[in-house]
Amino acid sequence: MSIIKTLVSQIRSIWLTFINIFSKRETIMYPEKSVYLAPRYRGRVILSRNLNGEERCVACNLCAAVCPVGCISLKKSISKTNRWYPKFFRINFSRCIFCGLCEEACPTAAIQLIPDFELSEYKRQDLVYEKEDLLISGPGKYSDYDFYQFSGVEIEGKKKGNLDYESNPIDVKTLLP
Amino acid sequence: MIESILVLFLTLICATIMSVVERRILGLLQNRYGPNRVGWQGTLQIVADMIKILFKEDWIPMFSRKAIFVFAPMLSFVSLLLVIAIVPISSNFVIINLDIGILFFLMMASLSIYPVLFAGWSSNNKYALLGAIRATAQTLTYEVFLGLSLMGVVVRAQSFNMIDIVNSQILLWNCIPQFFGFITFFIAGLALCHRHPFDQPESEQELSDGYHIEYSGMKFGLFFIGEYISIIIVSSLITTMFFGGWFGFGLSAIFWFIFKTMFFAFLFILIRASLPRPRYDKIMLFGWKFCFPLTLINLIFTAFFMLCKA
Ligand code: SF4
Ligand code: SF4
Repeated sequence: MSIIKTLVSQIRSIWLTFINIFSKRETIMYPEKSVYLAPRYRGRVILSRNLNGEERCVACNLCAAVCPVGCISLKKSISKTNRWYPKFFRINFSRCIFCGLCEEACPTAAIQLIPDFELSEYKRQDLVYEKEDLLISGPGKYSDYDFYQFSGVEIEGKKKGNLDYESNPIDVKTLLP
Repeated sequence: MIESILVLFLTLICATIMSVVERRILGLLQNRYGPNRVGWQGTLQIVADMIKILFKEDWIPMFSRKAIFVFAPMLSFVSLLLVIAIVPISSNFVIINLDIGILFFLMMASLSIYPVLFAGWSSNNKYALLGAIRATAQTLTYEVFLGLSLMGVVVRAQSFNMIDIVNSQILLWNCIPQFFGFITFFIAGLALCHRHPFDQPESEQELSDGYHIEYSGMKFGLFFIGEYISIIIVSSLITTMFFGGWFGFGLSAIFWFIFKTMFFAFLFILIRASLPRPRYDKIMLFGWKFCFPLTLINLIFTAFFMLCKA
């Protein structure tokens, strides 16, 4: 008896498979039709600039330290305006796992992960991105953030206490009240 | 003569094309697309596959029995292909009109175990051997009623000749009076082609491809195309034996024959898409305890009715 029951259920499953011919196909035709990626999708890594068009990165090396696969390498240099910047900044995308830890660690919101995963190359060497490839012209996700305008770090044209929520530092060498 | 060669080559080409068509149909049944990148809608996929298979390294393992190892895929390719010779495509077009047509088919079907056994044994690989043993046991089981299920048809037509058999179906296609014969022949045909759910010899999960595990390149291709050839042959035989061969209304005989054959080939693919592979002993049980008695009962009743009629 059970063999007949099995047969009936198998014929039913053949029928159920058959009527799938008339249902819609689920495949997304990827290269022709672009994929919707959520704004917080962690894809390709970029370096952003602040509103004045200066690069945000201050070469603090925090991202390189936190990166679990160690694919970031950079070297600090100091500009004439007494501002730190990376002399070179290199990410090896063949090792990056797109974890987003570098973005979390960055104090200046310079390094960001954007929704774009189309990173394929024919040669592995081409997956090593230099600063020119990484740096974009805009501010990325955090449009109004400028590290030097929020922190007490001194650069040329901005002394300690210049920010409106700061008080001027006390000069300990003078006797005047 | 020319026509015979044409039929042979058409069968070959159809079998090759089926490897792509099957993937497309499977895609259709599973709500996806299947190969559609090479050429317009994947039409050139077959060319890409050919290029790939021709340029793959054709490796013969040094631990194998070389002569048999090379011989097995050829035999597998040819054994069922030859059956096309006895299938009547229309009332006056058959390559050889044999009086023992069905027996020829049964002989070739039995021979088709050998390439599997040879391949599995000569590979000198335990998985290949296990696959081959499974294949042999399964084919032996299903061969028994592959023949018996056809005997009802033979009794009705009172001839082993394929053309006589088709002619005996003018009034009523055999699929109605010989319904159980049809069902069991279809199941045995599935097992003969090693198609799902009877793909025990190839089960990738347990035997990592069974008897053709050591084959690569064109030798694997021969096994691969051989499977599609056997699908086409078995479908065309189902058409001839149970679905009135070339009979149909309106359109030409050849059209009806090809249409019915294609329908059964589609059914093979549909079954592949829907049924899981049962356990090995269940397959054997199903063959011996259900299909075999069913064919015998079918044969007895057919004989009984023929006796009453006479
Ligand atoms: S996303 Fe992760 S792996 Fe990639 S560079 Fe940033 S920290 Fe490294
Ligand atoms: S990207 Fe951010 S964390 Fe990395 S060095 Fe530059 S400022 Fe520091």
